Amino acid sequence: MIELRNVSKTYPNGTKGLNNINLTFEKGEFIVIVGLSGAGKSTLLRSINRLHEITEGDILIEGKSITSAKGAALRRIRRDIGMVFQSFNLVKRSSVIRNVLAGRVGYHSGFRTLFGFPKEDINLALQALGRVNIAEKAYIRADQLSGGQQQRVAIARVLAQEAKIILADEPVASLDPLTTKQVMDDLKKINQELGITTIVNLHYIDLAREYATRIVGLRAGEVVFDGPVAEATDEKFAEIYGRPIQEDELLGESAV
Amino acid sequence: MNTQAPPTLPKPPSKLKHILTAVIVVLLLWASAVQTETSLGKLYNGLPNMWDLIEEMFPPNWAYFDNIAGPMLDTIRMAIAGTTFGAIIAIPFSILAASNMIRSPWIYQIFRFILNLLRTIPDLLLAAIFVAIFGLGILPGVLALAVFSIGLIAKLTYESLETIDNGPLEAMTSVGASKLQWISFGVVPQILPHFISYVLYTFEINVRAAAVLGLVGAGGIGLFYEKTLGFLEYDKTNSIILLTLAAVLVIDYISTKLREKLL
Repeated sequence: MIELRNVSKTYPNGTKGLNNINLTFEKGEFIVIVGLSGAGKSTLLRSINRLHEITEGDILIEGKSITSAKGAALRRIRRDIGMVFQSFNLVKRSSVIRNVLAGRVGYHSGFRTLFGFPKEDINLALQALGRVNIAEKAYIRADQLSGGQQQRVAIARVLAQEAKIILADEPVASLDPLTTKQVMDDLKKINQELGITTIVNLHYIDLAREYATRIVGLRAGEVVFDGPVAEATDEKFAEIYGRPIQEDELLGESAV
Repeated sequence: MNTQAPPTLPKPPSKLKHILTAVIVVLLLWASAVQTETSLGKLYNGLPNMWDLIEEMFPPNWAYFDNIAGPMLDTIRMAIAGTTFGAIIAIPFSILAASNMIRSPWIYQIFRFILNLLRTIPDLLLAAIFVAIFGLGILPGVLALAVFSIGLIAKLTYESLETIDNGPLEAMTSVGASKLQWISFGVVPQILPHFISYVLYTFEINVRAAAVLGLVGAGGIGLFYEKTLGFLEYDKTNSIILLTLAAVLVIDYISTKLREKLL
């Protein structure tokens, strides 16, 4: 369970990134956060694993405050939160399996990981790659893969991490419609089969409706909508966006 | 077609800056020549001497190669040892000097200052200082090259470190990596080819530098330059020059090829 209590973020120049956000995410939910760019979607997501610091309020992960955690305690909380990025964030010169194994480092001491990983970890990494259907690519360099494949490696990294929560920050923004569907299907499958709480930032409204169990709408750093997909009508989206839905906010029929 | 000229034609930029630059360069050249008492006449008068010297250098004394093969190998060994020690010490220095590795400007500015300081000391001066401390021999040469290598390798490496992709570093933070894991999984694979390339490049420079360190008594082939020049045995000096040239060319060639493969 993730709880955001009165979370605000003010940038040093005075801009409000997040304004008094109160949200609770239950285990196993598939939440999609929508909003215009600049509405604070990315800031909100990155606050949850503290890649961004918040200036007010508190964020609790399974009852433990990540806001006040330090050092090893902070790393221990982060170990349970996997993150998938828009630009994949793989080490391109490293092999696919080494990128996936990077998800395991939180389970070992720094000294131990200098000398490779135990057999179980390697098996776990291979299984994770198998789950996203690219096990045969394990020993080639990450930069040899296509964008969609690289994003699946990033998802495998999160799986190997055995995260209880997955945060995905615009995971499909740099992918074509077909690979978009594959990656979203992978995320959905993992969410359903393993019961991992998944929070995704998305730009496309139809994609949000198709995959989410719950939609959160942000506007200017405030929550303006929070409810199940059924309630997220076109009118509601127009409210979130402050204007009618535009053509480029729909991925289109081809992929969906 | 519109044949009328536009109402305001752009003016060509003034040439004054270029002319002034040229005048300043010529003035500096002339003033330096006067101050150092350089003249073309002297150069002309010296030409026969130069020719005599070159005549005495040829043919090179081929038999002398046997005497200098050992010191030449010593020179290369000095360069290898100096570069290796320098490279190892340069690793923490480059991390501590990079602003994306260490957030505190206090720390990275101090380390940058140290690196700048190291690079301003000429290697011959370093060697002379170490000779004064440790006495004649190879050790002061190795130490001088090591100190020089730290400055060069760490400077090049920290500048490359600051341009690495931040994405993987963010990913390592998000999986809960410790600082050591953050560096070994996020930083090392990105920087390693650059680092090795800089080490090889520094090794090339060090072989050349090591060849003259002997002049101040820091071991290697340089000592023999001084000896043969002192005894006016120019044919032997020529042998040393040829051997050094051959060694440097071979090492540069191998190192350049290796560096091409790396990046």
